[in-house]
Amino acid sequence: MKKRKNPKTEGLKVDRGSAGKKNKRAFKGKLISWGYLFPSLAGVLLFFVLPFFVVIYYSMVDNPINNQFVFLDNFVKVATNKAFQQAAYNTMKFSAVAVPLAVILSLLLAMMLECKIPFRSQFRTFFLSPMMVPVASVILIWQVLFHYNGIVNDFTGLFGADKVDWLKSSHAQVVIVILFLWKNLGYNMILFMAALSSIPKDILEVAVLESATPLQIFWHIKIRYLSSTILFVTIMSLINSFKVFREIYLLTGNYPYDSIYMMQHFMNNAFGQLDYQKLSAAAIMMSMVMVILIGILFLTENYFGKDVEG
Amino acid sequence: MKKRMDIPERIKREDKSKVKKRKKFRQRRLFVKTAIITMIAACFAVLFLMPIVLTVTNSFMSASEISSNYGQVFATTDTGGKTYISEKVNLKFIPDMVSFSQYITVLFKSPEYLFKFWNSVILVVPIVVFQLLVAALAAYGFTRYRGRIKEIIFFVYIILMLMPYQVTLVPNYLVSDWLNILDTRWAIWLPGIFSPFAVFLFTKYMRRIPISVMEAAQIDGAGEWQIFRRICMPLCKGAMCSVAILIFIDYWNMVEQPLILLSDSEQHPLSVFLSKINEGEVGLAFAVATIYMVPPILVFLYGEDYLVEGITYQGGIKG
Repeated sequence: MKKRKNPKTEGLKVDRGSAGKKNKRAFKGKLISWGYLFPSLAGVLLFFVLPFFVVIYYSMVDNPINNQFVFLDNFVKVATNKAFQQAAYNTMKFSAVAVPLAVILSLLLAMMLECKIPFRSQFRTFFLSPMMVPVASVILIWQVLFHYNGIVNDFTGLFGADKVDWLKSSHAQVVIVILFLWKNLGYNMILFMAALSSIPKDILEVAVLESATPLQIFWHIKIRYLSSTILFVTIMSLINSFKVFREIYLLTGNYPYDSIYMMQHFMNNAFGQLDYQKLSAAAIMMSMVMVILIGILFLTENYFGKDVEG
Repeated sequence: MKKRMDIPERIKREDKSKVKKRKKFRQRRLFVKTAIITMIAACFAVLFLMPIVLTVTNSFMSASEISSNYGQVFATTDTGGKTYISEKVNLKFIPDMVSFSQYITVLFKSPEYLFKFWNSVILVVPIVVFQLLVAALAAYGFTRYRGRIKEIIFFVYIILMLMPYQVTLVPNYLVSDWLNILDTRWAIWLPGIFSPFAVFLFTKYMRRIPISVMEAAQIDGAGEWQIFRRICMPLCKGAMCSVAILIFIDYWNMVEQPLILLSDSEQHPLSVFLSKINEGEVGLAFAVATIYMVPPILVFLYGEDYLVEGITYQGGIKG
């Protein structure tokens, strides 16, 4: 990395400035810039990209010793696996509930902090703090809160609701959604706050002068300017919703109640059995879903970004 | 002339009183509105802070108080059986008696917790330092002489960055196995150091630096290393902080990687270990949890603005 050049001769070269030399210099600079890129590129290739091709290979052979080419058999095997179906269904269900909530609630929080309320920066700190706290630290308190004899049941009992065993019944999804929101709302809120503050003030002032109601301002101006951020937040939340495994694992271990058995549990348990075929096929299917999602993100951002900024 | 002047003046006077009334009305409405919004925000804030505060306050309970309050919570989660005692779980905001016995036990009597804490530190710190270093260099590479190939590579980085751990862990596992570093710390360190996340964020910052600045330096005779060292790095100091904080939170919180890449539980960081705390040690759990929270919270209080800036930069995924 220490391709230091002598600054004096560099300057002289520019002064002479013949076309060929300039080209040569640009080429050299380009080469050096690749040198800066090299350590990271090598690491990423070694640890992420190249082994991914091995993963693709593994997903298409019957076992690592025989290396019989079976093409899509492993995918079919995984896709017809009961546990996989359950996991996929749960993950989709969870995302369908958690993501819209995450977007709407965080937008709400951001709008609240937009208003001139006292202690704004303190509120921001409070809302952001769950992001900082390691999940493992607060998991104890969540267990206490949502225990069968815990405070949440006491609280709902006040309104005459029956006791629910939150973590070991179909209500477990509710708990996970709450945990997800708790952890992620702050992050989304910051994104929305940045977007809200970038709306041109004069447009809002004109709207007020033209006696637009707050609701009209919200729908016709703010939402329009926020559209690309809303999309971004939606997709990021979707991606993050695939990552809730950590919370569930810490709460309930490797084999949680059926309704919160997620894709990642499936993968994790496949690691346990060292079933490379199952693992690679599942990983590839999952990465394909991710690539599609990311693709949608980019296309829509392109589309909406031009609309507003132009 | 006099008469003509009269009429507008009267209107003006009426208007003034009306305006005053309206102003008062508006002020009152604004006040009510602000009060309501503040109330709602306060409610949210309480909900957000409650788990954290409870963990901290409960860490000052004596071990016996905790096991009498929550003993059954952890007794049932371990066995998985549904053996419920009809006792209440007493959630307490303030301990009956403030005692430091938990902390004393954790810090002085049972070294295993501190040992796990040290595990966390030794796993996270090298990742943060070296990922920053590698990422700073790579970001410079992505910023200078941009071309089609580099854009494509950058796009691959973004995709990798957004992949969930379960996908990236499969390749990581294969390579670690191949390099014979499975079950050693290197299996966590190396993929962490080369993680594309920091590169992405750093590049986004660095591309904000006007090209003309770098070109001017070049014309003045600065080499690439000088431009990097003297211009880009000083201008990216803020970025350094935000990227470092984001990496630190991420890896301090890690669970998946050690679970899969380190089968030897002696080397597990505290985050994994905390989930395996069982019945007998519940008394200590809250103190350990609180101690584990301290570093990220200190980092947060020191660098909240950097963190916010970092998140905002992530906001526009596109370069």
